Amino acid sequence: MNYVGIDMGSTCTKVIVMDESQKIIFHKVMPTGWNCIETAQSILEMLEEQGIKREQFKCVATGYGRISVPYMDKAITEISCHGKGACYLFGEKDFTVIDIGGQDTKVIEIAGGAVKNFNMNDKCSAGTGKFLEIMAATLGLGLNDLCELSRESKNHIVISSMCTVFAESEVVSLIGRGTEKADIAYAVVESIVNKVHGQLGKIAPKNSVVRLTGGLCEAPYIIEAMSKKLDTEVKSDPMARYAGAIGAALYATAIK
Amino acid sequence: MSNEEEFQSIMDEFRDAKKNASLFCKGASERGDVVIGSFCQYAPTEIIRAAGFYNVILCGFNYDPAVPLAETELPANLCPLIKSSYGNILGKTCPFAFYSDLIVGETTCDGKKKMYEMLQELKQMHVIHLPNVPDKERSMEGWESELHRFKEALEERFNVKITDEQLKNTIKTLNKERSYNARMYELGKLDPPAMTGVQMRNVLTAEYFMLDEKNKAVKSERMLELAKQLWDEGKGPYKKDEHPVRILVSGAGLDGVLDKTINVIEELGAAIVCYEGCCGIMNMRRPIDENDPDPIHAIADKYLEVPCAVMSPNARRFEQFRNVLDEWKVDGVISITVHACSPFDIESRALEDICNENDMPFLHVRTDYSPGDEGQVRTRIEAFIEMLQAKKNG
Ligand code: SF4
Ligand code: SF4
Repeated sequence: MNYVGIDMGSTCTKVIVMDESQKIIFHKVMPTGWNCIETAQSILEMLEEQGIKREQFKCVATGYGRISVPYMDKAITEISCHGKGACYLFGEKDFTVIDIGGQDTKVIEIAGGAVKNFNMNDKCSAGTGKFLEIMAATLGLGLNDLCELSRESKNHIVISSMCTVFAESEVVSLIGRGTEKADIAYAVVESIVNKVHGQLGKIAPKNSVVRLTGGLCEAPYIIEAMSKKLDTEVKSDPMARYAGAIGAALYATAIK
Repeated sequence: MSNEEEFQSIMDEFRDAKKNASLFCKGASERGDVVIGSFCQYAPTEIIRAAGFYNVILCGFNYDPAVPLAETELPANLCPLIKSSYGNILGKTCPFAFYSDLIVGETTCDGKKKMYEMLQELKQMHVIHLPNVPDKERSMEGWESELHRFKEALEERFNVKITDEQLKNTIKTLNKERSYNARMYELGKLDPPAMTGVQMRNVLTAEYFMLDEKNKAVKSERMLELAKQLWDEGKGPYKKDEHPVRILVSGAGLDGVLDKTINVIEELGAAIVCYEGCCGIMNMRRPIDENDPDPIHAIADKYLEVPCAVMSPNARRFEQFRNVLDEWKVDGVISITVHACSPFDIESRALEDICNENDMPFLHVRTDYSPGDEGQVRTRIEAFIEMLQAKKNG
């Protein structure tokens, strides 16, 4: 029997397959696209190509598209799945997970290997992956380039708007004024880091162990900036974008 | 009729109460009876009903068409309850406001106060000055005199006399009505609960609109009896060996967001065992002193204790909140506040602190009457319930 975890996020869908011993034997990330059900179908076909047939796996779906996976055995929220997946990845039991997702940013407190508390940002996209993406596009940069360029900033400026729409026009006027791209990039990253710091608020006490999951797991500059702001070493893992899918696959192992 | 069928038929009657009440009001109005509209738990129903008038609730709980209409005159970033209430009166989509001969408001939160000022141009209004400090030593005198003024205003406007005798009788009737609600909350103490939170909510809302007080008393009494009997026979809403996670819901403006919150909580398998807030247990449990020789004083004394976040500082609410956690063996608290409701939003933080002290899981959901955030609200609630279930079932 195999165990499939599908994390259907607003931007990307992540797929993990585990074997009986909970070892990851397959992983894949793909754009979610606009039709979740079609994406789910293409995952099924992809798994078949890998020789993993529907009768031979249990499946848990998570993420905002979790109920749009017609063949899942169970849907579990991304909070529970990220928590479980992060414990697996980092081999820890008491820590705080920050997940910067496409649509929302979550902070999850893990105690004794279980979710103890969490919060998610409200309606708007400030402090999420979407914010970074839009700002990078406005600057004509890729996401990673934006992060790395921030390092070169000499004049530390701030973007004061929290709202993505207003922040975008702020960035446009900065560009218009001839502000260095690196400085704008820096301000964009700082704005995310500050927002996440605010959200961390009461959940993570000072100096607690913090781990980053989600699509920014391979953005070293973000991790550094976050460590500085939180005054603790934030760690991530290249597989951390799969944390939700890993958690989902682990939950699948419990399905009879 | 079997017990189950009878229980169901009472529940159906409650469900339809609001619909039927508009016809009732129309009839009352045609007969020349007086209908008084109010918005809030601070409206002294005893005084209104002692005069032989009907009291209806005008709080708006719908988005369309009331909120967009209200936004043509009120700021968009205002509490949806205020916008919806105002919009329904402006657009004449609230039959109760339409048939009201007078509307009573209290100086609660700023948004409501200012909305009342605008309402004065649309309807006959009487605004009662509510103190913001719930400390009796400092506020009782002024509050009591405001209630006297209100009584005199009713007497004068409608040419009636409200006697102490009448007041005392209505106090008794309303104490009884509150005790039905309190007893209903008691059913939530059972494990599994003998009523669902959705059922409780329906009953609470319905009771405001059951204007025939005799019928209301009979049905409430019978409903409580039946709920307990059915539970004893193992025919309650949960199987006897089912032990759903037990949620205390706190907040204000809930009736406008039922589908996104209350209904979702129970649909996901948790049980709302009690409510905290102005319609919650604490307000229902506290009767008015029937032996007080001065009925207005007795009414004032009780109403100053309504556990509403417009009061400052609100120590009484927090103390009561602690007790409820304990008494109802709550597994988790969900505080629901609507956008732009500063009083409840800010006090939610104090509730969270109390929960943290008691190692009690806590979730704050901020939402609105407008559609669009159902998915996000659901995910938060679902994750919270998964967390509680994992904790409870190991
Ligand atoms: S929450 Fe406060 S202001 Fe609102 S109805 Fe209840 S008592 Fe009145
Ligand atoms: S929900 Fe809050 S802001 Fe709205 S009327 Fe009630 S107390 Fe005022």
